[in-house]
Amino acid sequence: MKLTTKLLAATAIVSATGASATDLEVTHWWTSGGEAAAVAELAKAFDASGDHWVDGAIAGSGGTARPIMISRITGGDPMGATQFNHGQQALELVEAGLMLDLTDVAEENNWEEVIFPKSLLDACTVDGRVYCAPVNIHSPEWLWISNKVYEDLGLPVPQNWNEFVESAPAVREAGKVPLALGNQPWQANTAFGAIQVAVAGLENWQAVNMDQDLDVAAGDAYAAVFEAAAAARELAVGSNVQDWNQATNLVITDQAAGQIMGDWAQGEFAVAGEVAGEDYTCLPGLGLNAYLSTGGDAFYFPKLDDPEQEAAQKRLAALLVSPEVQVAFNLKKGSLPIRGDVDLSEANDCMQKGLELLASGNVMPSGDMLWTPDTQKQVEDLMVEFWMSDMPAAEAHERWVEILSMD
Amino acid sequence: MASKPLSARLTRNLNAKIAALPMIITTLVVFLGGTIWSVVYSFTGSKLLPKLKWVGLKQYDRLWSNSRWEISIENLFWYGIFALVLTIAIGFLLAVLLDQKIRFEDTFRTILLYPFALSFIVTGLVWQWLLNPEMGIQHIVRSMGWESFTFDPLYNPDLVLIGLLMAGLWQGTGFVMCIMLAGLRGIDEDIWKAARVDGIPAWKTYLRVVIPMMRPVFITTLVIVAAGIIKLYDLVVAMTSGGPGNASQVPAMYVYDYLFQAQNLGQGLAASTMMLLSVLIVLIPWAYLEFGGKKHA
Amino acid sequence: MLEASKMVDRTVDAMSGPRGKKPKKALSGRNIMIYGILLMVSLYYILPLWVMVMTSLKGMPEIRMGNIFAPPVEITFEPWVKAWSSACTGLNCDGLSRGFWNSVQILIPSVFLSIAIASVNGYALVNWKFKGSELFFTILIFGSFIPYQIMLYPIVIMLRELGLYGKLGGLVLVHSVFGMPILTLLFRNYFTSVPEELFKAARVDGAGFWGIYFRIMLPMSLPIFVVAVILQVTGIWNDFLFGVVFTKPSIYPMTVQLNNIVNSVQGVKEYNVNMAATMLTGLVPLVIYFISGKLFVRGIAAGAVKG
Repeated sequence: MKLTTKLLAATAIVSATGASATDLEVTHWWTSGGEAAAVAELAKAFDASGDHWVDGAIAGSGGTARPIMISRITGGDPMGATQFNHGQQALELVEAGLMLDLTDVAEENNWEEVIFPKSLLDACTVDGRVYCAPVNIHSPEWLWISNKVYEDLGLPVPQNWNEFVESAPAVREAGKVPLALGNQPWQANTAFGAIQVAVAGLENWQAVNMDQDLDVAAGDAYAAVFEAAAAARELAVGSNVQDWNQATNLVITDQAAGQIMGDWAQGEFAVAGEVAGEDYTCLPGLGLNAYLSTGGDAFYFPKLDDPEQEAAQKRLAALLVSPEVQVAFNLKKGSLPIRGDVDLSEANDCMQKGLELLASGNVMPSGDMLWTPDTQKQVEDLMVEFWMSDMPAAEAHERWVEILSMD
Repeated sequence: MASKPLSARLTRNLNAKIAALPMIITTLVVFLGGTIWSVVYSFTGSKLLPKLKWVGLKQYDRLWSNSRWEISIENLFWYGIFALVLTIAIGFLLAVLLDQKIRFEDTFRTILLYPFALSFIVTGLVWQWLLNPEMGIQHIVRSMGWESFTFDPLYNPDLVLIGLLMAGLWQGTGFVMCIMLAGLRGIDEDIWKAARVDGIPAWKTYLRVVIPMMRPVFITTLVIVAAGIIKLYDLVVAMTSGGPGNASQVPAMYVYDYLFQAQNLGQGLAASTMMLLSVLIVLIPWAYLEFGGKKHA
Repeated sequence: MLEASKMVDRTVDAMSGPRGKKPKKALSGRNIMIYGILLMVSLYYILPLWVMVMTSLKGMPEIRMGNIFAPPVEITFEPWVKAWSSACTGLNCDGLSRGFWNSVQILIPSVFLSIAIASVNGYALVNWKFKGSELFFTILIFGSFIPYQIMLYPIVIMLRELGLYGKLGGLVLVHSVFGMPILTLLFRNYFTSVPEELFKAARVDGAGFWGIYFRIMLPMSLPIFVVAVILQVTGIWNDFLFGVVFTKPSIYPMTVQLNNIVNSVQGVKEYNVNMAATMLTGLVPLVIYFISGKLFVRGIAAGAVKG
């Protein structure tokens, strides 16, 4: 019996390698605990299919990793596949003909039909050709609230941003920080993005971000956004932490009342053994306008000269979108799958809320898809400065419009 | 030399030239070529990939109206002034102390110099740990009974440059001390004797005689330290990544971020050209002083 | 620049200690002040090293409650083992060991190549001056002051054209190029001090460019070669920017991997492992520093020009 198993295993390996097993180096910036576990699922699936995943994790964040990825591609030493946030980050690389055209894979696997929302595939499409395989959806517009903080105060848990702001003085009085916010540049930007759609509403948001209507951007609706951001800035005074998960930890340990953070924060709550609805409350769209932007991660495949590797790249692309991999990966990652036809009944309350919004179509494209990295970087710089100084809301508003006008 | 036949002179030149070929290629292609390439493309609207799409001075306009760049320059200016003055002052004072014919000079010197062997990354990580408010110096002082003691430079935008300075000085003063010590030892013993005969106190001799005599040493140190400060990058990356907020941003980080992260090559190169310009502002007057007067050896 | 190089030599001479007699009185007020200040300053300098070592020998529970300056109650080498062989970046959990070997592989050819080129340069500049040689030298020295950031992108393009991007060879080339100014300066100054008569006598004997270099200059200049090796080993080992821009994860040098390991937080931040990793990375230059003593001083004094 033992011998047969061994023999079987041996032949399996032989046949797998015989069927042109190819090494593909895959670069990404998923290095936190949950992220690494999720990548391991991808690697496992790819290895099981007979090829070999060579992991090229780059620590830090996307901001650290992308420069390295881009200089490798432009430097003529491309990897087999690489993570980007889908959208404009890799646009110029695609236009320069450095990326592999995946259109045949997409057609063969009917991506047109299965990928939901469709904007994800659109973000991968340049001039009618598909260049990337989306793997997950991440939405940053969530407010995470510690229920215990409010129980101790004898107040009801806020159900939207306005109630949250109203309750803030009481929280402050109790010696706690109303809003936890880390010092990393992208966090200020994320908070602003969430306030943007929550306060301005979907129509105004679309006018500015999709139609690039600068009159709306300069108008009253957005003046209100900046006022709200300035108010939020006051609430964040006293949360001196660096990393986003340290900020989340302030909410978990009930030192802060809430945090504006993406859906990845629930991984931290889960690790700490907290239960959604009991220990913490999650409010998509800050409880005001429950829309989620559907940004996320996608894999791009730089052009390689070797036809065998190209075939392996296409196999990996197909694999990433396949239902099994989508389920395994996204459950570990805490993100939403990019197709509507998979079963995620194991997902927790907050994730289910996200899935419902997704199914009901309350979604919008993400900034990565709409604005150039240059514009995004400038907005981020502005937000960092705004949140960390006492810049008046009107001034920040004016400078923001100016940055958008240069896009 | 002139008496040798022409052919022999040519061969000799040829041999040396072939041997010096790597140097010639490096200077022409890498240093000159690379610099010119960068400067040229700073006048284009290149995004992710270099394209000769001229936009004139637009990148510079934008650079100088950008508040992050302004903050970076301001930070570098203040860091630079303090780092420069303090490393040189402390380096000199330590050198004077070591020059007092003391015992264990070698031991002291070894201790003061060892941080210089470490990289900025290592330096930054160690100091990040020491300055960690929950575990580091602040925590220790508080646990000794001074509950309200607050020293968290890496989390306080107003103090973050001090945090960087503490690490930067730790890493670099030992080296300046060594150069200063060499300068002090280069001073003629007779000058000291004469000063003693005239009854001039030691501190006055240092101030009036020794320091003026060591002027070239000070100038060279100044140039070396200043050129190093303009390149400040690794230390900030390891210690603060430019934070909190933009409070410890430096020009080198702006260049890197815009070159690769914001995918705006033209902007990044415009910023790096400004860095080059500031190095030249430090370098040219010095080179003029150094090479201008005397004949090149 | 001449001044700088002269100082390098003087720095070394200075290391032979103060002149004159040792002081007789040990306990004057002046001495107490001098030793007092020096001891306090030394404390400031030693403290980080002390804390680094102590933290790396403690377990996490002890770190969380304890005093970072206190020696460990219970010494554990676990963090060192973990930092060396099992700390993770993404799915790669082989610690710093891989970075160490990468650094060694980068180091050996870089040191050899850069010194070979620079010593020949220095020799040619002193004994075989040709038209324009001084001009090239001046540009070379200016080159050492140029902020590296301005050259990053052009070098990416050059390496791509040479087909060396992302390969060890590419990084070796970059290190050789950027080590050239300071090393050339070092050798040039050294060869200037070699008596010209030696050179002339060899010429009379009919020796040529390479003959004189290999038979006379090389054997005579062993000490300066040692200085150059020390300088390059520390400089290249400590490099971060080139390592991060011109390589890829599988050949990352140790400093880059250190930064990666420290910045990938999986769950709790393990300060002891981070400090052990930091120590491990700093160990190579530290060992070289403590062993080589005065020669090291000479090396870094010269290296300072590089910034």
